[in-house]
Amino acid sequence: MRRKGVSYAKYGYLFCLPFVLAFIIFTLYPLIYTAVIGFTDLQKFNTDLNLLDKPLDNFKFILNNQSFRKSLNNTVVIWLMNFLPQILMALLLAAWFTNNRRKIKGQGAFKVLFYMPNIITAGTIAILFNRMFGYPIGIINDLFEMLGWIDEPIELLRNKWTARGAIAFIQFWTWYGNTMIVFIAGILGINPELYEAAEIDGATGRQSFFYVTLPNLRTIMLFTLVTSLVGGLQMYDIPALFNAGNPDNTTRTVTMFIRALAFENLRYNVAAAASILVFIVIAALSGIIFFVMRDKAAIQQKKIERKYHKDLRRADKEARRAA
Amino acid sequence: MKETSLVSLRIMKVVIYTVCIILALLSILPFWIMIINATRSTYEIQQNSVALIPSSFLKSNYEVFSGKTFNAVTGFVNSMIVASGSTILAIYFSSLTAYGLTAYTWKFRNALFSFILAVMMIPGQVMVIGYYQFIYKIEMTNNFLPLILPAIAAPTMVFFMRQYLAATLHIDIVNSARIDGSGEFKTFNRIILPIMKPAIATQAIFSFVGSWNNLFLPQILLTDSDKYTMPIMVSLLRGDIYRTEYGAIYLGLTVTVLPLFIVYFLLSKYIIAGVALGGVKE
Repeated sequence: MRRKGVSYAKYGYLFCLPFVLAFIIFTLYPLIYTAVIGFTDLQKFNTDLNLLDKPLDNFKFILNNQSFRKSLNNTVVIWLMNFLPQILMALLLAAWFTNNRRKIKGQGAFKVLFYMPNIITAGTIAILFNRMFGYPIGIINDLFEMLGWIDEPIELLRNKWTARGAIAFIQFWTWYGNTMIVFIAGILGINPELYEAAEIDGATGRQSFFYVTLPNLRTIMLFTLVTSLVGGLQMYDIPALFNAGNPDNTTRTVTMFIRALAFENLRYNVAAAASILVFIVIAALSGIIFFVMRDKAAIQQKKIERKYHKDLRRADKEARRAA
Repeated sequence: MKETSLVSLRIMKVVIYTVCIILALLSILPFWIMIINATRSTYEIQQNSVALIPSSFLKSNYEVFSGKTFNAVTGFVNSMIVASGSTILAIYFSSLTAYGLTAYTWKFRNALFSFILAVMMIPGQVMVIGYYQFIYKIEMTNNFLPLILPAIAAPTMVFFMRQYLAATLHIDIVNSARIDGSGEFKTFNRIILPIMKPAIATQAIFSFVGSWNNLFLPQILLTDSDKYTMPIMVSLLRGDIYRTEYGAIYLGLTVTVLPLFIVYFLLSKYIIAGVALGGVKE
């Protein structure tokens, strides 16, 4: 060895080892185990894994199961009903708060209040809202009566769209503050020269929002979309404790379905197959989003950079060989 | 021309403040009514559940509520154990991994970092059946360790810690520690961890709150009511035993919210800054 001193590389391995081991034991192994259970007859209090004669039966069963399809559909519908208003509201507030021409006072306090619901236990929020939507005694019914909008209490959660809307609203309410803060940070990170240039070119506030802010927020919006999707498709605490899937399972999410299948009906194998399918759905959707929204210019740039580095390394090697 | 734009600017400001104040009220009112109702009797709530001023039934509500399965102290202690344990592990090992990824050059360094980026997106609940079967087989259900130990591998936190270290760590510090004869582990514990304090503080808050609020996995793994964490206790409030005890339910909800409120208003500055930082990852 020509290099002087000791090699410290082994500490790199050593320091990353606990992470890798814990990941294998607590994430990778359970994930593979879940997939394997999906091919077996593991039910009730069995503990041995026996592969099914037709290994794909559980998956076939789930794919043709009306309850599974319905719960997946519910989940996507409720997620969309929450996500679209959430991202619009967050964008609007972020645009308002970052506009230099009208300085909004009290932004700090507004941010603190808007974000607050996000750190409260989701279960608590779900039950609190369950009380609010209560029938015949509930805060919303009482409020409507006080305002003279209704004469007698109405059972709001009996209609599937009000029930779904209520869950979507709770999700919206807990997350828009978070999304707003992320967008504000993103907008503040955009090079101010771009805005100056736009202003010199005579762009209005609206134009600089659509032509400078939005394109530059692309990566952050992509990230928000994917994290919201991954979280939204796993939605459990709020729908489960708010309305327990009522009315008629129209607010039952796919995680609620899987949980009931595994831990109430003890059909672990079918539930595992359903989990793996959800995993595939989430991975596929995230993949599609990344693909559709990928930044072509940046990819081109990266390719050029990589080629440059490669050439540099090759030149370096050759130079060393020559020496 | 200028005047009209000034007027429209003013109108716009009125609109913005109105919307913001409505949203702020929307954040406060549900919790306000909850806290007020915790002090009102079931009869008062049945008459009208909207009230802005407290009544005098806090004590009797407490008696009703503490006489049932909901045990706030047990829930608090259990949640404290799980949340502190997992936060400490997550912070220490994420920092260590981040340091291993930043300070040393080794063969699989970039591969591991790309891998961590990829697994950040793995939805946590899809492997729950395999995890339950695994924990059931080794007879570790109703034990806190299966809820704490997975925190050693926290990909998102490693990512943040690495970004922070990459921006702040000068390898000269490490080298001069080596010259002074400090071992690698000692350097990490004595020099690197203190450097990472700001990143650790924000990540600790999010890790703690996340673990504290977690319902799904604890509900599956903990079946013994002595082991219930706070969110499991909360879920009991939905059950039949409290059906007609309106005041007691609100009190139960309030009890679970108060610690979070205290933490939030003490640390909101760091939390908001942390959220802002979290979104801007490139």
